[in-house]
Amino acid sequence: MSRPPKLLWTRSRDFRALPFQVSDVPPAGWTALGTLLAEGKITLLGLWAEAPGVAMALYDPATRRVAVTRVRSRRGAVPSIGASHPPAQRLERAAADLTGLRFENAPDPRPWLDHGRWDIAHPLAGGAPHPGQPPYAFLPVKGESLHQVPVGPVHAGTIEPGHFRFTAQGETVVRLEERLGYVHKGIERLMQGADLARGAELAGRVSGDSTVAYAWAFAQAAEAALEIEVPARAFFLRGIMAELERLANHLGDFGAICNDAAFAMMLAQASVLREEVLRAARDCFGHRFMRDRIVPGGVTADLSAEGASRLRALLDRIRDRFPVLVDLYDNTASLLDRTVGTGWLSPTLAGQFGAGGFVGRASGRDYDTRRDLRYAPYDMVQVEVAGRKEGDVNARVWIRIKEVEHSLGLITQMLNTLPAGPILAEPVSLGETRSGLGLVEGFRGDILAWLSLDADGRIARCHMRDPSWFQWPLLEAVIEGNIIADFPLCNKSFNCSYSGHDL
Amino acid sequence: MRRFILEGLIGRALTETAPGPDAEALEQIAASLSARARKRLGRSLAIRQVDAGSCNGCELEINALSNPYYDLERFGLHFVASPRHADVLMVTGPVTRNMAEALQRTYNAMPAPKWVITVGDCALDGGCFAGSYAITGGVSDVVPVDIHVPGCPPEPVKLLSALCAMIAGN
Repeated sequence: MSRPPKLLWTRSRDFRALPFQVSDVPPAGWTALGTLLAEGKITLLGLWAEAPGVAMALYDPATRRVAVTRVRSRRGAVPSIGASHPPAQRLERAAADLTGLRFENAPDPRPWLDHGRWDIAHPLAGGAPHPGQPPYAFLPVKGESLHQVPVGPVHAGTIEPGHFRFTAQGETVVRLEERLGYVHKGIERLMQGADLARGAELAGRVSGDSTVAYAWAFAQAAEAALEIEVPARAFFLRGIMAELERLANHLGDFGAICNDAAFAMMLAQASVLREEVLRAARDCFGHRFMRDRIVPGGVTADLSAEGASRLRALLDRIRDRFPVLVDLYDNTASLLDRTVGTGWLSPTLAGQFGAGGFVGRASGRDYDTRRDLRYAPYDMVQVEVAGRKEGDVNARVWIRIKEVEHSLGLITQMLNTLPAGPILAEPVSLGETRSGLGLVEGFRGDILAWLSLDADGRIARCHMRDPSWFQWPLLEAVIEGNIIADFPLCNKSFNCSYSGHDL
Repeated sequence: MRRFILEGLIGRALTETAPGPDAEALEQIAASLSARARKRLGRSLAIRQVDAGSCNGCELEINALSNPYYDLERFGLHFVASPRHADVLMVTGPVTRNMAEALQRTYNAMPAPKWVITVGDCALDGGCFAGSYAITGGVSDVVPVDIHVPGCPPEPVKLLSALCAMIAGN
């Protein structure tokens, strides 16, 4: 076996301020990196097609450094990382759909995002007329007294579309196979040739519940590529918005998880707090989800003195109200009976997939972009990271509870140290091709943004990787051995994004 | 637990006064509701929601309609799990090509008389996703639309206002 190639590993403070230097590797070196990933020495952050081949972002937990590496395709093919490291498989299937590249020795050559319904095939590679496609082949099922339950793409509630195929023996699920891609909007193609303003608009619409985090990741990538100096006040306002977004989502999901265990009162109570966060966000920043407030160069909405006191009042209200709800959760045996021990995710799988957010942190993966790959303003405040090892629905609920408390503390810290000054620096194109990397901790986990700009400052390639890419496959593992009736509970405890995944 | 029950009994309700019906939506609905349909439906409507490719922002605000501040069910409006039980189809998203058939089938599964309400800028004409190979271009390209609620996403009070117009026209 060939030795792993030397890569340029970059510290957080360097790649956040400067264009990213990509390490080109030969096919043999690429395969060796696959082995390194499979051995668990490094973590896969993302994999995407970018001419003239395929690029991959990697994280080294020992040194807390990141590398982006690229392999050229030969005769339209590159070696498969998924062959040795399963977390890359769906990313490779998506890249194959979008560009027509072949991944040699890929264990699963089925299409992923392409359902055979687009006019064109391989939209990122010019897009020839679509030749059509045979029906999707679900994994074969063999065995006695098994039955299948197909669910979706249209689900019973007001949620996003996706298809779940359960194979059950009696009530027990023996396999879940997901089929996603229903909300694929072609965002990566729309990004090509767009200017930064249009790019930021699209980035903020990749996954609506994480619009702040996405806009921030995109802005980070653009600012690093163009070496833009963002005003300090803008960093703090971004931090406040991101923590408000985290609060709103955690509060809403805390109620929704309990509701999926038929404890409806918690949904009513938690949704009141969520609504109050969104109203405060609208009053302070002009939009309930704070959409389009973060742009490359800074932010477009400033926080007034009244806004700051409005936020302090909100924090007091949640500090007063939330512990009562947590107490109720922790003292309701019928509720805990549903969440404790349900939907267990092993620490091994969480580590292998580099599961971000509460999914990873509830299964012993001690990682948080805000602490481990620091970015402003989190390098100027005290960041606490919650962690548990049990890996069940209850553990994921508890991580969210802790993160609500931490977010309250972070917003207070940021309000207390909010610097004065301008909030926006105009981005200027530097007349050469440049690339930048953005990595932001959204409520769901780490969001990656890769941005390549051409000499005119227009977007040549933008790839945004949602944390759900590495969480959806784990949901398949988690439901195994549980009863179908517990699927909503497991699913909500993950709350993966369909839109963020399908792009 | 007792604290919550007591608060519920003696505390002030969080639910806010309903907004007036949206004038524009009222006009749209008056045009599409026949007198006969009004008589049959009474003042209660069952809504089936379908996400046809939204970013999930609209879903968050539609879900917010059920929180105690907006309390949608006080108007006799409720979300149902099956299109077979629905009078109204509420659609979000630019209708991705991968979702077009599922949307069409959901519409076909609903009994007549039925109405379609679209939510969010991209449901109108694709919005910021217009021109993509992966979308059809808007809900009206796939199913007939009666009311549109603009916004990215529309705030719950806007949605409530449009739905109130629907009942007022009813």
